[in-house]
Parts: sequence; structure tokens; C-alpha cells
Amino acid sequence: MSATANLAPMAPGTDEATVTPLVRLANVQKSFGAVKVLDGVSFEVERGEVAVIIGQSGSGKSTALRCIDALEKFEQGTIHVCGHAVHDKDLDRRALRRDVGIVFQSYNLFPHLTVEQNIMLAPTCVKSMRKAEARELARTALARVGLADKATQYPEQLSGGQQQRVAIARSLAMMPKVMLFDEVTSALDPQLTAEVLKVMEGLARDGMTMILVTHEMGFARKVASKIIYMYRGKVWESGPASMLDQPQTKELSMFVGTGLK
Amino acid sequence: MGTFSSTHFLFLAVAALWTVALTAIAFIGGGLAGFAVALARISGNRILRGIAIVYIQIIQGTPLLILLFLIYFGVAVIGFKTVPALLAAGVGLTVYSSGFLAEIWRGCIQAVPKTQWEAAECLALTRWQRMTRVILPQALRMATAPTVGFLVQIVKNTSLASVVGFVELAQAGKLINNSIFEPFTIFIVVAGFYFAICYPLSLWSRSLERKLNVSHR
Repeated sequence: MSATANLAPMAPGTDEATVTPLVRLANVQKSFGAVKVLDGVSFEVERGEVAVIIGQSGSGKSTALRCIDALEKFEQGTIHVCGHAVHDKDLDRRALRRDVGIVFQSYNLFPHLTVEQNIMLAPTCVKSMRKAEARELARTALARVGLADKATQYPEQLSGGQQQRVAIARSLAMMPKVMLFDEVTSALDPQLTAEVLKVMEGLARDGMTMILVTHEMGFARKVASKIIYMYRGKVWESGPASMLDQPQTKELSMFVGTGLK
Repeated sequence: MGTFSSTHFLFLAVAALWTVALTAIAFIGGGLAGFAVALARISGNRILRGIAIVYIQIIQGTPLLILLFLIYFGVAVIGFKTVPALLAAGVGLTVYSSGFLAEIWRGCIQAVPKTQWEAAECLALTRWQRMTRVILPQALRMATAPTVGFLVQIVKNTSLASVVGFVELAQAGKLINNSIFEPFTIFIVVAGFYFAICYPLSLWSRSLERKLNVSHR
């Protein structure tokens, strides 16, 4: 399938190859009222890496992810994403969002549009792409998530797993340089989870830079090039996937001990 | 004194057309103004939002009758010549409708989940694109039934325009009654006309509600 190549992330060596890493958080701090959700979070993600953020509920994983896409404000620290300074007051949010794709737990497809129209919306609106061209792109993106036959259906006619795959395709069609996944399988049963994870594994294999928050430890072991374990708003431990087998802290050891392997 | 004749009936039928015309003026004018107020009501600008809230509160907290008096007689007091009845009634009903439609539509726009805004924002759509391509199409579906429902209210409330001397259906009934004094017959016919206008609208509203509630589409 030659068209699929169009959706591959930008190869290293092009414009921002000099700006490594692709995503860098430095001492990010954020409070919700008196609660400090992010307490000096720092980590880096290189181009082509798959970073998996794990941790208990309330440890700040999702908030950290949302900060990267400027969906949450943070009080201190800096975040650089694909050359955009997210902490900057003059941040061009739309430019940031052209480079960053995000997929949510609740899919958030547009219910009044067909699957294909959902995917075509941003390319036609934001990139002024012609309808025919956008439709072609949508079909390619759908084929990539294994839903080529669902183009003209409405989201409500699909299963949760299929909706989530459409959401991934919608994001992919904008050809982001980084993709963020915020607990994208948490609302799905094991079978549907598996089909979504398969799609994500394919993306990882194709070299997409990905940051994901997940509770699927098996998946984390399989695809992660870097694991970030968060505890009480801090990066408690981070390293390659193998670190799950030799936890350095008792918190991580308890977390993987009680979690599903 | 005569009795109720076909001439009278014709007179009422013409007046009923004026009722429909006044309703159309109020609905179109009130719709345009109300949409602007609804947008102001949810705008990011605090001042704009404040003005919209005060406007809606004042309109919803004032009887339409008083509003019509204010426009018809109040304007004359400030020093202008008397306002034509159609203008006074049209403006009064427009203002009244805008206050209510703004609030109905504001509710529908805000009933679209926040996550839809967020998803559209994350696809790099501009605020205008988010509004027109994602939020409004969904809000419109929710708004159709209550909007048509309110249209029925407007039809009935045009009867108040009679107080500023505008000859619509209710005023026409009064005029005929003054000459032949058969209130029961006359006002039954008047009520029949109102019902003939409103009932199809009610039916339409209910069928819309059924149709649009089945799916989100």
C-alpha cells in the first residue's frame, strides 16, 4: 500500500532534526487549588521513541500529557514540543496542534459527521485541502486502522474499539510529528482493547513518536522504548522497559507487583 | 346590530394574516438578535458576557405588555413623534423573542460536551471553525424542537400587540365585538384561528423532537 507511506512520520534529517529531543519537559509544576498535581516533572522524548507514562490514578500522568498539548496551564517550568515553547505566553496553539496529535479515552468523535467526514474536517479546514484529496487521505488513514469499510457510517454505528481507531485515524490524517494517547483503552473491554493496541503497535513500528498514558502493563513492556513511572506528581523512576523487572524504588515495585503483568 | 357574517369572518382572516406576519417579524428579528446575544453570552469577553446576561435578565423579567407600552408610549415621551403601531409591536416582540431565544440557544450550545470543543481544538481548528463546523451543527439539532415550541408562544403573544392599537387577530375580534356584541361566537372563531396556526407548529415541534432524539445525527 504505497499511500500509507504518506502518513509515516517525518523522517529524521528534515527540518527539526537539529532540535532534539522532540519533546522536553523541564521542572513542570501545576496545582489544582491546594493540590500539587505536577511537582517538578522533567522528561525527554526523542524522535521515534515510544514513551509510556505509568502510575497510580491521581499521580499526574494525564495532566502531564495534557500540558504537552497546551490543554492545561502550568505555573512553572518549560515544555518544548517540536520547536514550540508551550510555556510561552505567545504560544501559537494552532501551530502546536498541527504538529501534535492527541487521542482521548472518550474518543470524542464528532457525532454529526460520518467517519470519513470526521477525518476530512481538519485537513480541509486547517490545511485547505481539497475535498477529493482529503477523502483519499481519509480512506488511507482508515485502511491503516483496519476500518476501510466504515467510511460512510456514523460514529454511533461503531463499537467503542472501532470509534477509538477512527479517532486515531483522524489524528493521523493531520500527519502529526508526535502522537499523545491518553488512556485510550480504559473504556474498552479486553477484545476491543486488543484491536486498538494492535493499531498503536503498528504506529510504533512505523517509527511514530508516541507518548502514552496507559494501564496496560503488558503493552508497555512490549512497545515502550522508555517507561516513565510517576508517583505523587513526580517522575519517580524512568528507564527502558526492562526497568519494570528490576524496580529501583519500593513504590514502583509495589505498583508492578499489584498491577497486571 | 347585525350578526356574525362572512364579512366578519373575512375581516378576522385578514387579521390572522397580520398575526402571522407579526410572528414572522418577531421570529426572524428575534432570531437574529437572539443568536448574537447567545454568542455574546458564551463569549470569552467578560464585559460582553455581562451585557448579555443583564439583557436577558431584563427581558425575561419584564412583562411583554410593559415592554410594548414602553416602546409605544415611552418613545413619544422622549420627544419622538408617535411610533406606528406595526413598528412598535414589531420591535417589542423582536426584543422579547431575542431574550428568550438567546437563552434557549445558549443552553443548547453549552449542552454540547466540552470534550467536543477540546477535540476540535486539538485538530488545530480556529475558534470560528470549531463553532461552525463542530458545535453549532450539534446544538442546532437540540435547539430545533424548543425553538419551534417557542414559536407557538410568539404566535399567542402577538395578541398583546392589540394594546398599542395594532389590528391583529385579537384586536380584530374586539373591533367586531364592539359593533355586533356577540362575544362568545366571535372569540370562539378567534380562538379557532389561533389554534389553526399553533397546532401544526406544535405537531411539528413534537415530531422534530422525536426524530432528533432517536440519534445524535
